Amino acid sequence: MTVRLTFEPFDPGALLTEFCRGRAEVGAVATFTGIARAEAGATVALELEAYPGFTEAEIGKMAERARARFGLDDLAILHRIGKIAPGEAVVFVATAARHRRAAFEACDFLMDYLKSKAPFWKKEHGPDGARWVEPRPEDHADLARWEKETSE
Amino acid sequence: MARVLLFGRLSDVAGWRERQVESPFLSTLRGKLAEEDARLGEALTGPGVQVALDQVIVRGDAPLSAATEVAFLPPMSGG
Repeated sequence: MTVRLTFEPFDPGALLTEFCRGRAEVGAVATFTGIARAEAGATVALELEAYPGFTEAEIGKMAERARARFGLDDLAILHRIGKIAPGEAVVFVATAARHRRAAFEACDFLMDYLKSKAPFWKKEHGPDGARWVEPRPEDHADLARWEKETSE
Repeated sequence: MARVLLFGRLSDVAGWRERQVESPFLSTLRGKLAEEDARLGEALTGPGVQVALDQVIVRGDAPLSAATEVAFLPPMSGG
């Protein structure tokens, strides 16, 4: 299980190849790659701030929950921080499980967490200056789906 | 002497990101910061602002040692 932050652009394809290597018994790998949107010119760059150490530890706790809940064999999360240009990958999540459903669901769960609760502070730089962004109500609603399923 | 860290919009409000501040308690530290900069003092007590001492979220007051890292965390935006 790896959780990493990076200031450098990354190649999701290379990460997937690396993640799949040597997994003869796993059966299923699902991935998600989030890409910074230009919003038709409204966003010149995205800037993500993390609290080094704390951010990885908090994401790690959620990753451990996902591993236990979905019975994952392994998972990997790589998240960009610093300034990110439109078109660049912001986040890469890979999950490995014996069957596809668990891999898909764990990937979905982790992204809902990362988009709404993970300790990042996000700034959008536009042509008219910068603004801090908070999660959209949809992001919280997406995460709430999983809490409902737990209590059932 | 605590090491104070500000994140997100809090560092924009204060105009700094990291500072050493001498204070025996979290409450006295808050008082000191608010006295120096009323806008920051207000922002630190704003909705959803959490405090971490040595990377652990705390509620209420707590003593600070010389090496304590005090982080003020505005609402997290997700990635």
